[in-house]
Amino acid sequence: MTDGFLDNAFFRNIYCNLASSGSDRCAGGGPFGDGLLPPGWEWLAFLVTAFVTVFVVVNGALMAVNLYIWGERRLLGRLQGRLGPNRWGPFGLLTPIADLIKVLSKEDIVPAAADRLVYSLAPVLLVVPVLLAFAVIPFGSSTWAANLNVGVLYLIAVLSVESFAPITAAWGSQNRYAMFGGLRAVALLVSYELPLVLSLIGVLMIAGSLSLVDIVNAQDVPFALVQPLGFLVFLIGSVAEIQRAPFDLSEAESELVGGYHTDYSGIRWGLFQAGEFMSTMVSGAIIATVFLSGWRGFDFLPSHAWFFIKFAGVLFVMTWIRATLPRLRIDQITSFAWKGLLPLAAVNLLASAVLSLIWPRPSVGELWAMAAVNVVVAAAAIYVLGQFGPKPGERPRPAVAPALGATGREGAA
Amino acid sequence: MPIRTEPVTVNIGPHHPSTHGVFRLRVTFDGEVVVDAEPVFGYLHRGTEKLAEERTYVQFVTLSDRMDYVASMTNNQGFMLAVEKLAGITPSPRGVWLRMIAAELQRIASHLVGIGFFLQDLGAFGTPLIYVMRERERILDLFEMLCGARITVSYMRPGGVFMDAPQDFWPALDTFLADMPHYVDEYERLITGNEIVLVRTKGTGKVPAETLVNASVSGPMLRAAGLDWDLRIKDPYEYYGRVKFDVPLARESDNFARYIVRIQEMRESVKIIRQCVEQIEPGPVRPKEVPFLIRPPAGDVYAHIEGPKGELGYYLVSDGTIAPYRCKVRAPSFINLTLLRDMLVGWKVADMIVTFGSIDINMGEVDR
Repeated sequence: MTDGFLDNAFFRNIYCNLASSGSDRCAGGGPFGDGLLPPGWEWLAFLVTAFVTVFVVVNGALMAVNLYIWGERRLLGRLQGRLGPNRWGPFGLLTPIADLIKVLSKEDIVPAAADRLVYSLAPVLLVVPVLLAFAVIPFGSSTWAANLNVGVLYLIAVLSVESFAPITAAWGSQNRYAMFGGLRAVALLVSYELPLVLSLIGVLMIAGSLSLVDIVNAQDVPFALVQPLGFLVFLIGSVAEIQRAPFDLSEAESELVGGYHTDYSGIRWGLFQAGEFMSTMVSGAIIATVFLSGWRGFDFLPSHAWFFIKFAGVLFVMTWIRATLPRLRIDQITSFAWKGLLPLAAVNLLASAVLSLIWPRPSVGELWAMAAVNVVVAAAAIYVLGQFGPKPGERPRPAVAPALGATGREGAA
Repeated sequence: MPIRTEPVTVNIGPHHPSTHGVFRLRVTFDGEVVVDAEPVFGYLHRGTEKLAEERTYVQFVTLSDRMDYVASMTNNQGFMLAVEKLAGITPSPRGVWLRMIAAELQRIASHLVGIGFFLQDLGAFGTPLIYVMRERERILDLFEMLCGARITVSYMRPGGVFMDAPQDFWPALDTFLADMPHYVDEYERLITGNEIVLVRTKGTGKVPAETLVNASVSGPMLRAAGLDWDLRIKDPYEYYGRVKFDVPLARESDNFARYIVRIQEMRESVKIIRQCVEQIEPGPVRPKEVPFLIRPPAGDVYAHIEGPKGELGYYLVSDGTIAPYRCKVRAPSFINLTLLRDMLVGWKVADMIVTFGSIDINMGEVDR
């Protein structure tokens, strides 16, 4: 069993202050001499420390999402030539809190036709997996809640549960707009899960481990350079997976009003919003960890700062994309996944497999060599794929439904 | 084997983020594909044409503001042309130049709104919309200088305009004219070359030029199909014969063509305003002899202008009293909408919204 949170000095202090000095986990006793509990009660110390850890991580995530919502709205405002929220607190920092109070005090409407159980379940299905995902992310050189040896697998498994939320919400609220959004979300998530996971496998081959901590340790060269193609596919795939612009077609405000959460109000709607922002944060954290060498950096800043800089950088790029790009159509999105990202991810997988056969335990120099080869492979693959892709405006008109022709206004039912 | 699903009928509107007001569309979908669309109008009907019959000719100006409320100046202008034709009023030159300046500014403002909401319908998250609103604000500021109002301007009167432009209007206008081409360049950098905009708009919402002519469609929609039809050239009203400008055309008649025609028309409008500023002459802004209560001789008249959205026509019937016997408005938004079903059937939900946005309608004008 791995200790996970006991790797961190803060949590180890709590543990060692509780447990007796005889514990093999903290040789030499706690900072204040012997622990408070008699020998044999280490399990209680462990339990208390675990609760503290979970409390810190969950509440930290929830606080961070408030900050992030503020940051994104502020940045969006600047990108759009306006001020952004600036009324509550200094620089509008308290705006998310004000929003939370507003959302909590609103009437919670459940449509008469809704399936109450499914309807109530959907926001939970969105939020809980995201919170779970925070467990394995290393925020600093020894700060993580759990160092799972199947960390990446755990992340993929947990975040897949999130895909149930849109269709659950759509089915639960019995609304036609919501149903459109839910079905679109399913098509999107099913399409993008595949390239997303495939692009991670290359990283796993080089790192030789599924643990996120080991992956960070293996990144003497950031994997974004070693695996440019994988990084690109994963970045686009993540934006799609969290359904942000230009892949936000499951909400598609201009088409489907609110998409799958059209019928939600009050705190349930707030949970959807928080869940979406939190999944953006988790994606940013995963990208920063897996591809941008996580907390590793130069010595003049602490490791947490490096993690935060990379994390914030990824979120900035995602916000920038959201402010710039219009939405794609559903068939364009799915064909982009299957015809664009999937072949690229497969090429990346093949290249990584060959390279990790040549250099099974790569040194720094070998990592740079891998990066050089992979950059060439990436450029070639993207160029070749571009030759097959449809040119702008050459897309065929979608088939006209046979029952009614495209002409003749008299055919209106 | 294709899967057959049951068609679903969905009400798009009257309250919906992209129906540009209170437009209602009953759409039957087969999956994502539109199989039938039935536009339902009238949610904003205020009986403007009937109200005109109980008001004097000058009083109707305020009502015409409220038809196409993002292009009030051109509404004023069309009505003034009809009244002048009916009552035989010769407008004073300075008033006409001011009307042209105001109308062309209004055309830019209307196209800005059209493009901004078109991009909003495409799913661009507010950025283009707020960019265009920024420039529209400057135009509205200019309107405020001209007449004290920003949206419902009521600026024009039979024979000219009600007030001369203040002294600080002209430098402000010059600055705006110098800035506007750069703003248009900025939109083009953001929008025109954007790959997603191209794949979403090129080839979608195509209508053959013949169908457009048969449905009496006018304005940028018609010119996007390659038909060189601009009333400012074909039937020059006011002093449009004395200014030189090009009529932007596109061949494809798709959503992108309609967008690009509007972008180019903004550039042309800037040129027109520059020439108006050069040629404007001092003098009264309207003739003194025009009475407040106009009693045109009995008869009927039709006057039309090239509004931002298409041919805006006023058909006035006079029975010799101070109020029109009948006032019929040929609203371009309404007539351009008549092809909606043909344009939507067979396309996907997302294309439906974009095509609808590319027509650039205004519900105040559709329902009147």
